[in-house]
Amino acid sequence: MVGHIHSTESFGTVDGPGIRFVIFFQGCPMRCLYCHNPDTWSPKGGMIKTAEELLAEYDAVKEFMRGGGITCTGGEPMLQIDFLTELFEKAKAKGIHTCLDTSGVTFTKDKPEKFRRLVKSTDLVMLDIKHIDREEHKKLAGHYNDNILDFARFLSDSNVPVWIRHVVVPGITDNEKYLFELGEFLSQIKTLKALDVLPYHTMGKPKYEQLGIEYPLGDTPPLEKEKAVWAREIIMQGLKSALKHKKNDCD
Amino acid sequence: MERKFQEEWEGFKPGRWSSTSINLRDFIQKNFTPYDGDESFLAGPTEATKKLWDQVMELSRQEREAGGVLDMDTKIVSTITSHGAGYLDKNLEKIVGFQTDKPFKRSLQPFGGIRMAINACEQNGYTVDPEVVKIFTEYRKTHNQGVFDAYTPEMRLARKSAIITGLPDAYGRGRIIGDYRRVALYGIDYLVEDKKDQLATSLVRMTSKNIRLREELAEQIRALGDLKKLGEIYGCDISRPAKNAQEAIQWLYFGYLAAVKDQNGAAMSLGRTSTFIDIYIQRDMERGILTEEEAQELIDHFIMKLRLVKFARTPEYNALFSGDPTWVTESIGGVSIDGTPMVTRTSFRYLNTLNNLGPAPEPNLTVLWSQKLPMGFKRFCAKMSIKTSAIQYENDDMMRVTHGDDYAIACCVSSMRVGKEMQFFGARANLAKCLLYAINGGVDERLKIQVGPKYRPVTGDYLDFDDVMEKYDDMMEWLAGLYVNTLNVIHYMHDKYSYEKIQMALHDRDVKRYFATGIAGLSVVADSLSAIKYAKVKCIRDEDGLVVDYEVEGDYPKYGNNDDRVDQLAVKIVRSFMDKIRKHHTYRDGVPTMSILTITSNVVYGKKTGNTPDGRKMGVPLAPGANPMHGRDTHGAAASLSSVAKLPFRHAQDGISNTFSIIPGALGKDDQVFMGDLDIESIAKELNDGD
Repeated sequence: MVGHIHSTESFGTVDGPGIRFVIFFQGCPMRCLYCHNPDTWSPKGGMIKTAEELLAEYDAVKEFMRGGGITCTGGEPMLQIDFLTELFEKAKAKGIHTCLDTSGVTFTKDKPEKFRRLVKSTDLVMLDIKHIDREEHKKLAGHYNDNILDFARFLSDSNVPVWIRHVVVPGITDNEKYLFELGEFLSQIKTLKALDVLPYHTMGKPKYEQLGIEYPLGDTPPLEKEKAVWAREIIMQGLKSALKHKKNDCD
Repeated sequence: MERKFQEEWEGFKPGRWSSTSINLRDFIQKNFTPYDGDESFLAGPTEATKKLWDQVMELSRQEREAGGVLDMDTKIVSTITSHGAGYLDKNLEKIVGFQTDKPFKRSLQPFGGIRMAINACEQNGYTVDPEVVKIFTEYRKTHNQGVFDAYTPEMRLARKSAIITGLPDAYGRGRIIGDYRRVALYGIDYLVEDKKDQLATSLVRMTSKNIRLREELAEQIRALGDLKKLGEIYGCDISRPAKNAQEAIQWLYFGYLAAVKDQNGAAMSLGRTSTFIDIYIQRDMERGILTEEEAQELIDHFIMKLRLVKFARTPEYNALFSGDPTWVTESIGGVSIDGTPMVTRTSFRYLNTLNNLGPAPEPNLTVLWSQKLPMGFKRFCAKMSIKTSAIQYENDDMMRVTHGDDYAIACCVSSMRVGKEMQFFGARANLAKCLLYAINGGVDERLKIQVGPKYRPVTGDYLDFDDVMEKYDDMMEWLAGLYVNTLNVIHYMHDKYSYEKIQMALHDRDVKRYFATGIAGLSVVADSLSAIKYAKVKCIRDEDGLVVDYEVEGDYPKYGNNDDRVDQLAVKIVRSFMDKIRKHHTYRDGVPTMSILTITSNVVYGKKTGNTPDGRKMGVPLAPGANPMHGRDTHGAAASLSSVAKLPFRHAQDGISNTFSIIPGALGKDDQVFMGDLDIESIAKELNDGD
């Protein structure tokens, strides 16, 4: 089997624990307004690689990967779920830590078999929840968030460790109500291990210019770090409040 | 000499260092206290430190406003004892001594070359006293004059075309590290006694070699006498060993100060002093006569002095080195050969000066990195690197094999055992230009004159890999011979007219001499050869048939992506050129080594190197050191570093440098925003308990 790979990065430090070999998959169904990798959208193109080839590239730099491993991101890696599963299974056979960075949008609750097999060889999922509100999510990313939230619950039920990422964009997600609701939702994920709240940045802009696409967020300013810390606190308040209510429900 | 110095050595564990001979390594190994904790014990700057540093900042501002130089000596020739005492604020300085009679005044050092000294003054609006000019032109020959007396026309041409560049033929060669710690541990009188003994037991059959040794030992003894006088100028009796931490730092600094008063070397490095000093600080603390604040103050004041070392240099020199570097390199950390990390609290204190005085490029704080260094120190280094970008790292695990555990770095990468090994600094040969000479039969592509031998040039429209490799091999053979012989002239004359007497006085008699060479343009050569091999490279000729540009058709593997097809070409070139260097006689039987290290001068070399077959255009900087060409390493840092790591240290023992820039944000998650270690169950439990 072969995969369509956009590129690889041998020194990933923000895509999971430790220093990681990062594989960017080609193709993504989402069209997030703030996407900073629009060059990975098209499912066509990219390099054709086998799992063995990618693992050989990893082996060539494995000395640097202490405490790290492989992260598959993109694009949307789960668009090529068969190849992704093969890659992770072969990586696990070699004792490599595997991390999947996904939007979860391709998840199908009614047909979970392939996903079940995938997560068996996945050590960590970094799940990007763009927006907790169904309609707002559609505006922001071009899809409803149903599959994504389902996938989060699925990961919890499958006992897969999860890091949740949330980008705070001025005027779109820097909203107290939504942030609190996101926290409430997260309280359901028993395997939640980390929360990464990212301030929106504009570093993706030049890529749009190169590709000749209009930048959807126009002149939206980058978010200050303090604001991201504030957002994280609101999310945590929502999470704690939900946990408390849950406890009270049981009492 | 067991217990020779009862008072000064009290509390130290005796050993060979105290009973047999001068042996700093033995002293350190027997007496240092390893520290594997974190940085929480460190102290901030004292009021005195802050005041002094404010004064320095103010003087720096004035210096900048004055165009880069605040004051220059034009009449007094700098020697170890040439000047009276100079201070910032005598009452506040715990460590004293400047190169001249006041801070920020640059000394006059004409022994390397009077022309360089005159130019340095003139370019900054000063005029050297005519009497001094007359003395160093008519009566006292300089190193520079000696070299040009002996250079062949070919050597002059190679210098002009810049196929060999940065030669120390008009300025001090530097790169020699005196063992300044000896001054503190033994005092001058004992060192003189030892040197006299060396002279008395030296060969008396008067060959030129033995005559030279005897003359040098006599010079060393005189220099030690001058060093003692330098102490007296500042009211210190350094004839005897230091008896506390303050004296130990001061004595050591006097040794270094004498060196920078005597020599305007391209790199005047300090050595490996932090763990040595720590032994004195530790003893004072155990005696209850020194607090942490006071200890840090001593280190801060010492480092402050090292930051104020200044030389009179010309704008061209500064352009070559991108600034006004002094390379006061201090090597910190490393591991003993028995496996004990040599990190002490004072290793932390040295790095803490970057907090207390703010970041600065000098002294060049260099961490001898090992996998075995304690985690607390590793973390502190990482933190300080992120905060200040002011720390250099070198691979101790690799160098320890060759040099043991008491070596230090001179300049940026040159390793040598302190007081036992020295090096003859050898600038570098431009291998990228050499490739162009191979293609054009020795004709320089910029000057359009015959510089190299008139070998058969490349013919035809496209470059053929085997043909180019064969020609390149011949041209490297020529270059290696010319290069080594040029250096032979330089080092002969430097020893003759500008001998480093005080630095060599702080060495053993029989030192191992490294004959250092260097190469520039490695990544350009590797990529060019790769382009010729894996793509098609078309020659573009001028009206005289000289190849002046290249058109690359198709893509080719580029050095810096962990791709063996091209990385092994780089490996091959390094080994091949080093083997060619090894074929030649070296001055004083120096052991030939090679470095791949141009950290700054790659910019100037790029200006002097024409278009190259990799598609690089004339004037575009060569990559620094062993770095891949800018922007061509597209697979991330680990792949890029892996390519560099393939270069064989055995054939580049004088060091391989890689300049690595990364924005802090790309080094990992920001703790403030990223919340790891979340655990829903324990949060729920906490909430539960709260009720």
